[in-house]
Parts: sequence; C-alpha cells; structure tokens
Amino acid sequence: MALPTLMRSRGCVWTCLTVARRNLNSAPTPVAPPKLNSKLLLFLCQRFHDVEQLVSWSSWLKTWVLRRKNMYYGYTQKQYGDNVAAAFYILSMKGGFRFAGQSEWFRPNARGKFNWDFINFRDVPIEEVDMSSTLINYAGLDNFVSQRELRSLSLRGCPEVDDWFLSRLHIFQDTLEELNVSHCSRVTVGGLASLHRLRKLRRLDLSSLPRLQKPGLVRILLEEQLPHCHISGVEYSQGLETETGTETETGTEIGQLTKEYTHTHGPHRQTLTQ
Amino acid sequence: MTTWRLLARTGSAINTGMCLPSRTIIQNDYCSSSGFRSFSTGKAMRTDFFKDLDSQLKAFRKKASSAMPGSDWHPLDLTVGLPPERTDILIVGGGVVGWSIAYWLKKKEKVRDGVRVLVVEKDPTYSQASTVLSAGGIRQQFSLPENIHLSLASAEFMRNINEHLSVLNDDPVDLQFNHSGYLFLASENGAAIMEENYSTQRYAGAKVTLLSPTQLKEKFPWINTDGVALASYGLENEGWFDPWMLLNAFRRKAMSMGVFQCFGEVTGFRYKTHSMPTEDGDLVELKRIRYVNVRMPNSLQYQPVECAIVVNAAGASSGKVAELAGIGSGPKHTIAAIPVPVEPRKRYIYVLHSPDGPGLDSPFLIDYSGVYFRREGLGGNYITGMSPEEEEEPETNDLEVDHEFFQEKIWPHLASRVPAFESLKVTSAWAGYYDYNTFDQNGILGLHPLVNNMYFATGFSGHGLQQSPAVGRALAELILDGDFMTLNLSALGFQRIFSKQPTLERNIV
Ligand SMILES: Cc1cc2nc3c(=O)[nH]c(=O)nc-3n(C[C@H](O)[C@H](O)[C@H](O)COP(=O)(O)OP(=O)(O)OC[C@H]3O[C@@H](n4cnc5c(N)ncnc54)[C@H](O)[C@@H]3O)c2cc1C
Repeated sequence: MALPTLMRSRGCVWTCLTVARRNLNSAPTPVAPPKLNSKLLLFLCQRFHDVEQLVSWSSWLKTWVLRRKNMYYGYTQKQYGDNVAAAFYILSMKGGFRFAGQSEWFRPNARGKFNWDFINFRDVPIEEVDMSSTLINYAGLDNFVSQRELRSLSLRGCPEVDDWFLSRLHIFQDTLEELNVSHCSRVTVGGLASLHRLRKLRRLDLSSLPRLQKPGLVRILLEEQLPHCHISGVEYSQGLETETGTETETGTEIGQLTKEYTHTHGPHRQTLTQ
Repeated sequence: MTTWRLLARTGSAINTGMCLPSRTIIQNDYCSSSGFRSFSTGKAMRTDFFKDLDSQLKAFRKKASSAMPGSDWHPLDLTVGLPPERTDILIVGGGVVGWSIAYWLKKKEKVRDGVRVLVVEKDPTYSQASTVLSAGGIRQQFSLPENIHLSLASAEFMRNINEHLSVLNDDPVDLQFNHSGYLFLASENGAAIMEENYSTQRYAGAKVTLLSPTQLKEKFPWINTDGVALASYGLENEGWFDPWMLLNAFRRKAMSMGVFQCFGEVTGFRYKTHSMPTEDGDLVELKRIRYVNVRMPNSLQYQPVECAIVVNAAGASSGKVAELAGIGSGPKHTIAAIPVPVEPRKRYIYVLHSPDGPGLDSPFLIDYSGVYFRREGLGGNYITGMSPEEEEEPETNDLEVDHEFFQEKIWPHLASRVPAFESLKVTSAWAGYYDYNTFDQNGILGLHPLVNNMYFATGFSGHGLQQSPAVGRALAELILDGDFMTLNLSALGFQRIFSKQPTLERNIV
C-alpha cells in the first residue's frame, strides 16, 4: 500500500529537481536524477575543503592515468620505427591488431601479457586494429598517425572516443574501409559529420550511440555523403517516428516558428524565442 | 535551432538560478509549531504572556538565523544584489571574454581565495551581448600567427573542456561542437595570399589543406567553382559550437571557484592622476583607478567598488567604458588623445531553409565576395551573413534587421556559389554587434599605458568567441605573472595603436 505512494512522491521530487536543472542548461541529453552518494559528496565538498581537495585530486589522477596511457611512444618509435611503436601501444592498451599480409592477430592474453614477436615486423605496416573497450583517446591517435595502410579500425565501446577523436580520423582518409564506433557513449552527430572525409569507407557501424539524437536521419545523411558505404546498426526509422512526446513537440514548435516568421520580421532572437 | 529557442528561457534562468553565491548556508526554519494552545474559545481578556513570548522568540530566532555569517542579512535595509564594497580585480562585462578571464584568474591563483574577482554585467538576459548573437565558428585560417595560435590553444581547451570546466555533481559540458571545418574560397587575385597564409598556418601547426577547383568540385559537388582559383579547407579543430554553452560553462565554473557576480552597469571611475615628464619634456598624465561606480539595474542607486585592477571586457561598448576612465580625452596631438578604437558595428545573420541545400559535409564556407554560410542542425537549415562595405555601415542604435541587405547583397552571391540555394526561404534573422576594432580589426590585449591599472581584452571584431579561452589565460598571466607565459601576444598590445602600425589580417578577397 505504502509503496506506490512513496514512489509517487519520490517521482515528484525528482521531476522537480530535473526541471530546476534543465533551466540552466539547454543540453538535449536527458538528466538523470542525482544519486544519493553523489549528493552526499557534493554536500561534504561544499562544507569541507579537505573533501573538495580530495575530489579534485582524484579527478586529476584519473586524467593523469589516461594521459600516461595514451602517451606518444616516442622512445620505441625512435628505436624500432613507427610500426613497432604503434603495435606496442595497441598491445599495452589491451587492443589487438594484424599486420598487412599476415593472417594472425596479435592480442594480449587475459592478464595483459603479450608476445613480443611483433618487434620483428619493423617494416610491415598495420592493416587492422581492434581497440574495442580500451581507453584510447585523441592523444593516443598520435601513435597511429604514420600508419598509411590502416584499413579497419574498431572502436567499439571506447569510453574516451569522442567527436574530436572522430574528426581526427581524416588521417586515414585514403585507406580506411571499415570503422566501428558502436557503443561509444560520447559520440554525437557533431563528430559523425566529419566522417564524410573518409572517402574509402565501405562499412560503418553506428549501433547503440546513446548521445546520437536522430540516428535514422544521420544514417540517411551519411549515406548521401558516402554512397559506397554500408551503414549498419541503425534503422532508417530510428528516432524519426513519434515514439515519445518529444517528436510531436518539435513538430508543433516548427509550425509555430514558421507562423511567427511570416508575421514578424523578428528584429533579433529574443523576440523569436518568445 | 533548439538552442536558440532556449535562449530566452536560459536567460531568465540566470536571474533565478545563477545568482546564488557558491557556498550558501542552508537556512533551516527551526521554528516548528509550538505546543501551546489556548483553551478558551472566546477572545483572550488579557495579553497572554507566554503566548506573546512564544511569538517574540520565534521572531528573534528568525532574525538570529538570518544574521548568521553567510546570509545576506544586513542591519540596514539595502538593495539585494549590491556588489561588494571592495575587490581585488573587477571585470567589466560578463560576456564570454569576461568570464573566461575570471575563470583563469581563479585557476591560476596560488592560494585559495588569493584574489577576489568580481564580474559586473549590466544585462542579465544578455539580449545584446555579441557572445550569444554570434555565429559560433572557430577556425585557424588566419594570417597572423598570434591569431592562429590563440585559436589553436582555444581548440585544445575546448577539446579538454571537461577537464577545465566540469563542476562536481553537474552534467558534463557539451559544447555541441560540429567538426565540419572552414572552407575559404579565393579568386585569382587572392590565390597567392591564400598560399602564403596556408604556409603560415601549417607552420603554426594548423591542419589545413589547399584544394584546386577540380579537387573542390570533387569533394563538394554542390559548389559552383566559377571564379574560384584556390580553396583552403580546415581538417581539424575547426567548426562551430553553441556559444551559450561556452559562456554558461565558464560562468558556472568560475562561480563555483568563488568569483562574485553582480548585475549592474559600470557608469564611471574615480581615479587619481599624477603627471610625469617624458624624455622630450612633455608632461603626461598617468591615472590610477581607485573606485568603480556600479549602478544597479533599474534604479539610480550606485555603489562605488574599491578595486586594485580593472579589466575592460565590455565587448562592443569597451570603447565607451574606456572613455569613462578619461582615455582619449587628453590634449590634442598627444598620446592621451588617442581613444580605444573599439566601437559597435551591426552585423546581420539570416536563417535560411533550403531542403536541397548541401548536406552533412557542408563546411563553414567563406566566399571571396565576403558572404559566408554554414549548416545549422540537420533539417536543411543554414545561417548566412556578410560584412557590409565601410561606407554602408548600418546605424547601431538598435538591433533591427535589414532584410533588403540579404536580397541585394547576400543572395546573388550565395545562389551563384551554391546553385541549390536559388530556391530558399529566409525563415528568420537576427543582428548583433561586432566589437569592431576600427584600427586593425584584431584583439587589443594588455595594460593601457596611461591608466596603469586598466587591462583590456576587446576589439576582436568577429573572432572573439573562438579566442576567448586562450585570451582569458593570456590576460590572467599578464595580471598575475606580470607577462605572457604561454603565448607571446605582445603584438596585440597598445603599442601598435600608439605607434600607428596596424597588425592587419591579410584578407583573401
Ligand atoms: C553576427 C556576429 C557573428 C559572429 N561570429 C563569430 C564567430 O563565428 N566566431 C567568433 O569567434 N566570433 C564571432 N563573433 C564575435 C564574437 O561574438 C565577439 O567577438 C565576442 O563574443 C566578444 O565577447 P565579449 O565577451 O568581449 O563581448 P560581449 O559578449 O558583448 O560581452 C560584453 C558584455 O559587457 C556588458 N557590458 C557592456 N558595457 C558594460 C558596462 N558599462 N557595465 C557592465 N557591463 C557592461 C554587456 O552587457 C555584455 O554582456 C560574432 C559576432 C557577431 C555580432
């Protein structure tokens, strides 16, 4: 008996909270209700400088680790050349790769240990890379810049891959044929818009991109740009049909706006937005 | 488009939500209902001492709790929102440049609350601020190394924006950055300059490539290449983003770090003057600002704020703010007569709808005629604009849009460059003020030589938004370290104005 009432009252509080936060922020991403422990942390942070300092240290440490992992392997590069440096980087990140003309993949085992035979392949470029579920980020791409034969790249489920990362993939524009960016939680249309530069692309996987607003439309637009590319993981209708109320809302908004335009020649945006 | 529409809503939210100081003490109302109860149903014949005491106590508790440190209670009845009476650094103008400086000052301070920073903004709705009325573009395709480096550094900042500007327990910052690049087109006359600019840009580290007309046509089949001799296309770090997001992120972070914000207009300065002889024996008057008068919105009340350093980041009105400090009013033919050459110039932006227009590959295109356009969202909308000729500058009293300007000046160029734009509909338009530097259209950064505690960060004439992160850092270095530390921007100082040597961008028209 009490449970539904409780749920209702909690729901109410949460909606109030989200509304208050929406105001300050025009980001389209839905706001999750604040968790209890993060609220507690915020409370402690506001009261105690030590807690605040600890929190800032921990976030600093996180970025430091990330930066260290994605460092440019300059020493290896100097000693063994670009290919070995790139290979070493991939294996240290727990990714896998295949050299051109070889059928066997190099991968670390479950404990992160790997076979050092790749050192013998100084002059063989890398053709396929699988970085799925690794911490590769924009800076890590430095290690790949000189790979001129890269044909396939999988970035499935990489939490640090964002739009800036995608915008930098143009370095492979003459070779890359296969790209997988599925399950990358930070990728949006702003980065996908830069993929039109990859003229050789034949296969692109866009499944499960939580931040992508209208996947179906994006697929249509991308196919327009890359006519030879097969885009998977997204249905044309996705994000287009009126699943939720949002779509109808935008529909009416557009209707209202066009009405406004015909009536007023809005002097500036303030009047338009009313 | 949605973000533009949210403008008004966000604007009003500033008033309600953002004025909170960073560390508020939550005041609980301790006075719960008391256990006293009157037993008689009729009127009390005499004053019930205990009942009275109870309400007295209630009132007293309320007063005491509101007088706790941290609340805004004051023994005198004062206007709320008055600025503090004293601060170390006062920033005039809460646009993106002002808040960026505030953030960097806090970021660079050595000890907690080492500097007290106050940002004074006259318009809480930002209805006329250039920041929110801009096109939101960022590019590295400049000809001055200073501009290229500023914009590269800003791009790097935006790439790592959540390392800089995320606030604990709040959503991460999402600039809605669109990585689409700028595409500059040059005619026969401009091709040589474009090539030179290209090598400067490459040398500075920008990722730009040159395209011949055939390559251009291949890459962007929707462009008509007639008259184009060369094109340059940005591959990385170029595109556009939501200016509101950047402004709000800077402000949110700066306030969480303890920057004070106050809504009011800077109407005057009180300064001390002393004269010094120059080498030639002339007397120059040096000023030092002691107090800044801040007038409260919608009233005549003003508060003098004592401060050590003033930063003028008032955007298009920074020339006027400089006048308030007596800059430019000295005797003729001396350097004291040289004003700060920044004035508002009105620029229009038109929103177009063209269902057959360029698609997802559409860059921020800048034609050699001066017309520019970019995509806005995914629904076949575009925004476009152009700077008018010097003789045809519109009046700057209001932000009315001149629709003739689009019909006569922009549309012919646009439709001939992109034939798909022959059928289009102007769905809306707005106008904004460039913080136009009439001397050489580049930013003015640094200390004014005659008012020796007033720093400037203004005059960016159409590229201030994209440079704001790096400009804020540079100015914070100048103030706290005494010199530029990361990027040497002394070429953008006042020296060039006094010696009449403009640092001009070389345009490719
Ligand atoms: C149409 C248009 C398109 C543009 N496109 C781009 C672009 O694509 N890329 C780019 O990088 N830049 C662009 N810009 C330029 C960019 O918007 C500006 O250079 C930049 O926003 C300047 O920022 P600011 O903070 O100095 O000025 P503002 O945003 O104007 O802020 C100044 C603030 O100071 C306040 N103020 C003024 N006087 C006083 C006073 N006396 N007391 C208190 N407060 C005061 C004002 O209210 C205002 O809010 C564009 C500008 C326009 C108009």
